Amino acid sequence: MNIFLKTLARDLKMAFRNPSSFLNPLMFFVISISLFPIAISPDAETLSNLAPGIIWVITMLSVLLSLNSLFHYDYDNGVLEQAVTSHQSLSLILFAKTTAHWILTGLPIILLSPLLGMALFLEPNSIYILMLTLCLATPCLSLIGSIGASLVVSIKNSGMLLSLLILPLYIPILIFATSAVSQSQFGLPINGQFYFLGFILIVSLMTASFVSALALKISME
Amino acid sequence: MSKLTVNNLSCQRGYNLLFENLSFNLSPGEVLRISGPNGSGKTSLLKIISGLNSSESGSITYNQSEVSSEKYQLETLYLGHYAPLSSELSCIENLEYLTNLSTDIAFPNLHKALQAVGLTNYENELAGNLSAGQKRRVALSLLFISQSKVWLLDEPFTSLDSDGIKIIESQIEKHRLEGGVCILTTHQDCNIKNLKEISL
Repeated sequence: MNIFLKTLARDLKMAFRNPSSFLNPLMFFVISISLFPIAISPDAETLSNLAPGIIWVITMLSVLLSLNSLFHYDYDNGVLEQAVTSHQSLSLILFAKTTAHWILTGLPIILLSPLLGMALFLEPNSIYILMLTLCLATPCLSLIGSIGASLVVSIKNSGMLLSLLILPLYIPILIFATSAVSQSQFGLPINGQFYFLGFILIVSLMTASFVSALALKISME
Repeated sequence: MSKLTVNNLSCQRGYNLLFENLSFNLSPGEVLRISGPNGSGKTSLLKIISGLNSSESGSITYNQSEVSSEKYQLETLYLGHYAPLSSELSCIENLEYLTNLSTDIAFPNLHKALQAVGLTNYENELAGNLSAGQKRRVALSLLFISQSKVWLLDEPFTSLDSDGIKIIESQIEKHRLEGGVCILTTHQDCNIKNLKEISL
């Protein structure tokens, strides 16, 4: 557990000393969403109907944008080699790095979402549901993304390949999350969507770091 | 007696067979230098012994522990081509993290290790501001902390000045006298006693 906390603290410290690494995807998130009312229509009803999809698609793209650098930097400077040859659990080290990634991308997106939800005329109740879906699903995005990032870590300019690998795995999350927010707008039950998102989160938490560690060992061969 | 045993190791990269049926034993207090031209498989061999890469065939054990075991990983210290430092962290922060990865010492004396490699007063300097030689020294200061018995050093003298080389040579000598084992690759002459050599 010690190595988990040390790795988490190290990654957060590095990110805060080089803020552009995590601010760029957040800026992308805010700017893209705020362009939609200008590009589509300032009409409240149109925007509030499109809002769940807009916010969720941009969330995924922002996470994808930041995933490329999840392991690349430590691969290039040799720290990952030390992690692989370490007696410490590689899965735990990668889980710590993924947690740091979620704190730096997923968490700010959750915190910014009410503001952007209001900009797209979402009802307070739907904003609350949107935040809940983001709380459940952004950790999944980071965890599933870490598997893809491990697989392509040794490939230069692998952004497109990473997107091709990971986006299909993100689709179920997108479907359940947007449908939960959309249905909440019409007062329909959303328990089913939350069960699925919770299930995906539990499975991701239980397996992603182990798969990621295996994928990283294969990539470093 | 704890012994590093490499048995019938073969390594292929792409279509090139780098080496095959390579076997050797290293007893406590022995240092092995791997020599050979560029691309002959020196780094690959070190990576296989460290557990980073797998071989086509053969086995490696240290004190009956297999490469994949936690005990083996704790007994080996691998330092690759590059100094594994993050430029946003200071020397002491980098060294602390590397120590956490490679040893299980609770309270390592990091300042003393940096002093030993001639980096007094560089503790809080960001690694990004250091020269290549200084970065190498920070990485090699792990040798002054590590309790691993098997050191695997890939080109440890690269970027070091003559003083730096002497410091590392004397630390390898100390490690040898304490019953440790060291395998290193270098194109430079090195002044280490009881040096065995294999050529790939």
